[in-house]
Amino acid sequence: MDGANLTMPLLSVQRLTKRYGPRIGCAEVAFDLWPGEVLGIVGESGSGKSTLLSCLAGLQRPDEGAILWEGRDVLGFSEAERRRLLRGDWAYVHQNPRDGLRMGVSAGGNVGERLMAVGQRHYGAIRDTATDWLGRVEIAAERIDDRPSAFSGGMQQRLQIARNLVTGPRLVFMDEPTGGLDVSVQARLLDLLRGLVRDLGLSVVIVTHDLAVVRLLADRLMVMKSGHVVETGLTDQVLDDPQHAYTQLLVSSVLQV
Amino acid sequence: MSAPRTPSRAMPPQDRAARPGNRPDRKGTAVSDYNFAYLDEQTKRMIRRALLKALAVPGYQVPFASREMPMPYGWGTGGVQVTAACLTPGDRLKVIDQGADDTTNAVSIRRFFQRTAGVAVTERTADATVIQTRHRIPEQPLTEAQILVYQVPIPEPLRFLEPRETETRKMHELEEYGLMHVKLYEDIARHGEIATSYAYPVKVEGRYVMDPSPIPKFDNPKLADNPAIQLFGAGRESRIYAVPPYSQVVSLDFEDHPFVASKADHDCDLCGASESYLDEVITDDRGSRMFVCSDTDFCNARQAAGHRGRLSAQEVA
Repeated sequence: MDGANLTMPLLSVQRLTKRYGPRIGCAEVAFDLWPGEVLGIVGESGSGKSTLLSCLAGLQRPDEGAILWEGRDVLGFSEAERRRLLRGDWAYVHQNPRDGLRMGVSAGGNVGERLMAVGQRHYGAIRDTATDWLGRVEIAAERIDDRPSAFSGGMQQRLQIARNLVTGPRLVFMDEPTGGLDVSVQARLLDLLRGLVRDLGLSVVIVTHDLAVVRLLADRLMVMKSGHVVETGLTDQVLDDPQHAYTQLLVSSVLQV
Repeated sequence: MSAPRTPSRAMPPQDRAARPGNRPDRKGTAVSDYNFAYLDEQTKRMIRRALLKALAVPGYQVPFASREMPMPYGWGTGGVQVTAACLTPGDRLKVIDQGADDTTNAVSIRRFFQRTAGVAVTERTADATVIQTRHRIPEQPLTEAQILVYQVPIPEPLRFLEPRETETRKMHELEEYGLMHVKLYEDIARHGEIATSYAYPVKVEGRYVMDPSPIPKFDNPKLADNPAIQLFGAGRESRIYAVPPYSQVVSLDFEDHPFVASKADHDCDLCGASESYLDEVITDDRGSRMFVCSDTDFCNARQAAGHRGRLSAQEVA
């Protein structure tokens, strides 16, 4: 956080549009993300939030618009630069940990992969870092040589987070990180994520349909409907005083226990 | 393909008629219904182009239009195609299988080329100009006048970690080889040391990571700075790659777990050699075993020169 440039947004998205043939994935999306900021994107299924996230993270190519990373257009990057960004300054946490982990490789190997990908060649150092990170995501150190297939869903998700954060990325994309977990595990994961985000000063773009998740994590909120952004604002402001009809529906749809 | 071999290519015209496969006149003794060395000329041309490209980009896997060969996949169809494309009538061929000249695979491939190319064959490493090998590099140092052809089952070193071909190609393109170290990491985490003992990944000329075919890692140092041309053919996978003479070939490792070219900690029981790669042979069902050189030519030559091992005295007695 100390060296962060506060005069320029970390990520600046301009008029981003992705079409699937005649249908719209997302249209005319624009926002700035500042260092240390957490942006939540909410909306119902099919609202284009996952399309938007995969365009941002470079997994899909948008049809129009620009994505500026520290002022440089990511879409103009070469494949090599883009992939270097993806395993260095950026990280992507998948909804299903099986997509983000190597299930046949031990937990330590999973965490160490990004370190080895950026050139670390000292086994002892890699293992120490992996042990440290397993501790930070509350996985016991003696599980370091177990494969993720022997882990519970919550542990797998925490392992995926450790694997992504080990190289100290500055921007993390998260796609429904709490999806598929039961509520008590969800609560612990959210607590953990909140701690990590605050401690490391991460900038995060988090996509979810769970308003509780964004209430806890996000500084700012973007509400999407049918591919368009219908409302943006500070999280508490949007959730406590929704202006758009769809946001009002969304907020009032949350089940009260 | 190298300078010392050119004299055999520039044969005088009167000798050309005597070549098997060339049939300018029907009276020639070596008339055959087949092209020299089995493959048709267009196929050889295609394979030689792939070979030249492979030599120009050391360690890069060049796709080629692999042909059906009269033997099953896994028996060395890739190596056979490369050998066929390299052979000239003046060549002397040696074929080894796990170092041995007398196993089924070696015998059948040697006989195949005797019949289809009519080339001279030998079991002596020093006499051979082309050596086709399955899973070994001969103990005797090779020379600039020799070509070593490897049979390769799976050319992609990243395959068991990354099943998608599109992805592994991209990884080679962008030099993303971190995954290779994940495999070595897993070895150390599970076994306390790098337990990969064959098909040990190497980096060629500081660029491409290459699977040296399933040779024991004992042979890995011989890949580097070798005067011979080393060609690798994978028939089923349709890939050819190469290590040109005197190339830099480095086995991957960790700073705190360096590469070790290991072998069984014994001497050969027949020739007493301490520096050659050994096979362990179970000799009865009460736990007796012997260690013998895997390179039969090397072992025989040593025995002929009077070297004896632990068990050879009993045979004489």
